[in-house]
Amino acid sequence: MDFSARLKELESFERKDNKASLSSMLKQNGFTRRDFLKYSSAMAAMLGLSSTFAPTIAKAIELADRLPVIWLHMAECTGCSESLLRSDAPTIDSLIFDYINLEYHETIMAASGFQAESNLENAMKKHKGKYILMVEGAIPAGQSSFYLTLGAHAKKGEEIAKQACNNAAAIFAIGACSSFGGIQAAAPNPTNAMPLSKITNKAVINVPGCPPSEKNIVGNVLHYVLYGTLPALDNYNRPKWAYENRIHDLCERRGHFDAGEFVQSFGDEGAKKGYCLYKVGCKGPYTFNNCSKLRFNQHTNWPIGAGHGCIGCSEPDFWDNMGPFEEPLKSHLFKSISADATSDKIGIGVLTLTGLTIAAHAVISSVKKD
Amino acid sequence: MQKIVVDPITRIEGHLRVEVVVDDNNVVKEAYTGSTLWRGIETIVKNRDPRDVGFMTQRICGVCTYSHYRAGIEAVENALGIIPPKNAKLVRTLMNAALYLHDHCVHFYQLHGLDFVDVVSALSADVKKAEEEALKWCDKPLACGVGDLQAVKEKLKNFVDKGDLGPFANAYWGHKTYRFSPEQNLIALSHYLECLKIQRTAAQLTAIFGAKQPHPQSLTVGGVTCVMDILDPSRIGEFKTKFLEVSDFVHRAYLADIKMAASVYKNEASVMNDIGVDNFMCAKEFYLGDEYLFEGGVLLNVLSNPTLSEIDESAITEEATHSWYKNDAALHPYDGEQEPHYTGFKDEKTLDENAKLVDTKVFDTEGKYSWIKAPRYKGLPVQVGPIATILINYFKKNPIVVKEVDALLKELNIELKDLLSTLGRTAARMIEAKIVSENALKALDSLVENLKVDDSTCAAYVIDKNKEYKGRFIGNAPRGMLSHWVRIKDGVVSNYQAVVPSTWNASPKDAKKQMGSYEACIIGLKIADLTKPLEIIRKIHSYDPCIACAVHVFDKKGNELGRYKVGV
Repeated sequence: MDFSARLKELESFERKDNKASLSSMLKQNGFTRRDFLKYSSAMAAMLGLSSTFAPTIAKAIELADRLPVIWLHMAECTGCSESLLRSDAPTIDSLIFDYINLEYHETIMAASGFQAESNLENAMKKHKGKYILMVEGAIPAGQSSFYLTLGAHAKKGEEIAKQACNNAAAIFAIGACSSFGGIQAAAPNPTNAMPLSKITNKAVINVPGCPPSEKNIVGNVLHYVLYGTLPALDNYNRPKWAYENRIHDLCERRGHFDAGEFVQSFGDEGAKKGYCLYKVGCKGPYTFNNCSKLRFNQHTNWPIGAGHGCIGCSEPDFWDNMGPFEEPLKSHLFKSISADATSDKIGIGVLTLTGLTIAAHAVISSVKKD
Repeated sequence: MQKIVVDPITRIEGHLRVEVVVDDNNVVKEAYTGSTLWRGIETIVKNRDPRDVGFMTQRICGVCTYSHYRAGIEAVENALGIIPPKNAKLVRTLMNAALYLHDHCVHFYQLHGLDFVDVVSALSADVKKAEEEALKWCDKPLACGVGDLQAVKEKLKNFVDKGDLGPFANAYWGHKTYRFSPEQNLIALSHYLECLKIQRTAAQLTAIFGAKQPHPQSLTVGGVTCVMDILDPSRIGEFKTKFLEVSDFVHRAYLADIKMAASVYKNEASVMNDIGVDNFMCAKEFYLGDEYLFEGGVLLNVLSNPTLSEIDESAITEEATHSWYKNDAALHPYDGEQEPHYTGFKDEKTLDENAKLVDTKVFDTEGKYSWIKAPRYKGLPVQVGPIATILINYFKKNPIVVKEVDALLKELNIELKDLLSTLGRTAARMIEAKIVSENALKALDSLVENLKVDDSTCAAYVIDKNKEYKGRFIGNAPRGMLSHWVRIKDGVVSNYQAVVPSTWNASPKDAKKQMGSYEACIIGLKIADLTKPLEIIRKIHSYDPCIACAVHVFDKKGNELGRYKVGV
């Protein structure tokens, strides 16, 4: 990857305001250069790069204000937008509002009605082929597309999403719904809700999670800015930098798993001691995400930290495949391969074995303990 | 007579459309509000393990992210006859309090505020005068010193100078019903930016005992799972500290700005005298250990003949005369029945943003026009929300509420009837936030006291597959009264229905043509400029619409709705 060439390309973009340098803008917004570089280092670490890339990232972010972003809401709950708003240090929300040109986002934008529709149309026209498209929510598709209409012309959501995809430079499906269909696509999927990738021929990067953490949403935009290409993806088109490891791999309770110390029921003595949650249904061994490392809400907590097992929310069709959420997967684990194809090419057979091994381990160690 | 369409209504959760018919003086004669998205979550939870329901119903909404989680869990607990341990109940209160503070602050600044605040006007503010203005409404206003305000002004100028307003583009700036002075706009804008910071802290409050926000994950049927966080004194300290930080914002920004807004906007016709539906309902809420902070009840006919009573659960029904479902009959939520029946839009010419008549789609207002059903109480439409909680508790003489309401009325020199308005809905939300911010830590104190003698967090239970169960949750979400109703048979969910705040308020007309509160409050409204219907948006936003929550369906017969033939 030639970073210097990419940076030159970024620099060749027309500046929105040649007079305002990033440093002066940051200063006006109450950030020091130091804060900013600290943030860039954190981002470098998060993207799996060495800290020598921090200045490169800083430069890339500096240029990011020229990146128009269109965010669409389809069949969704707005949880992903809420997660975006939680973006953190140093006050990333302000960075987003100031340095990414957020052309359309229904939860935040001031315009309504005809004016809002015009904003979308103008943005797609003005930034044709250059904008980043982020889509939240699944899409009622085909003969069921009438389950979502928008605007005075009652356009189908599917039609709007397709159009926006056609003219985007990069497309991110934000959240479990947009990536894989999510809750509304769970059986019996009464609205024929589809993932974004099923309604467009363009490449879609999936950023699943219900919702994905604020870091996974923002980090992907930065990844695009930095590389100018799509990030390395796993079998489900999830960026490897975020979804490469299993929850189980870096779990803070892993030691208890290895020691055969399990919570047998919520609220028991093991729960008070932070034992492994596998036997009360944790899906961490089958789920690929960086929650164990980055947690949520500025590292405040995460499901396993709060004593509840992982429900597998960044895996395809997890609503149908991972339940009941408070019981181990056991025999019904492999009714679908959804959770089993992995970024690091572990085949289904291997992970099946892993799954069985985990189950066997839990049983054996429990016998030992009890 | 002219019809105008506002779709999408932005700065809300979900997909909402408003249509109005105005006369030659631009006065609204007819109003129709409908949702244009259906997801079918109640159908999806059927035949599932009752323990999973809370996780799925939570995904009804990522804004009321905790409300539907708790409702799904507690409806099942109610059905199974489970009483969770006191510690669990208190933790649930603390998470609810965190959500209220988060939600109300974000609603006023990020979602509703721009209906009152002309961002562009703030550019011409005199910062010294603005500081003086801020001091009128608070002894120690937040982020309103000359230096703070100068920084905000420069930030705004820099932003506007870029020539691209991003999310602020193409709004109704300069509209004649904006009434703040440039200085007042600057103060509110400063707090808009502060709120973007404090909302992160408020979300962390939920995450401390809830794992994450949105979509926390520490409730389970029978109790809570966050026993380590509860037993960790540093977590208790973290909660208290961050709670006080958010509470500080409520007092030094939110309270002050509402008073400032009320002083100016109480003379603006488009925020006054729009009671909407004059029946109100709320549930008791915020268990503090020995008592509840707010009482529940029903207050009917406030304008003509106010009558106060307790909620009669059997009097709640939903019907679908004007909703895109087949069966129109009014049925109790336990026995509801509905199948999607989409009949689409009609072609018509309406006014666009340039005041030209263009081909658009419009609701078939004689037929069906919304995915939202029409809930009724004793056959009557009801308004829910913070205004209902505040009014009902005022009528019930809840001393905390009476004190706050009387103080505000006195300071603003307005009467109780003036609260029956857009301004009142917005002010009631702030009063509720203030009361929660000043009282919810009592639950934390109770938790600490109780932990000295009892560290249980979960109640044991069994689900007998040979038994049938039914149960419900009735409580309040930040937007108003929320109820979930569940039936369990053969160990799985056989029926599920959520009757939510925005369903009550955003309901379409019923068989008797009675309007829901959104529609009712727009009637009689005069619109200054038909191409910029700011007045309509302002009124609708005052309810804090949450439309994904409002749209739901279940089918008693257990059919797969995906197979229904739908008339397009």
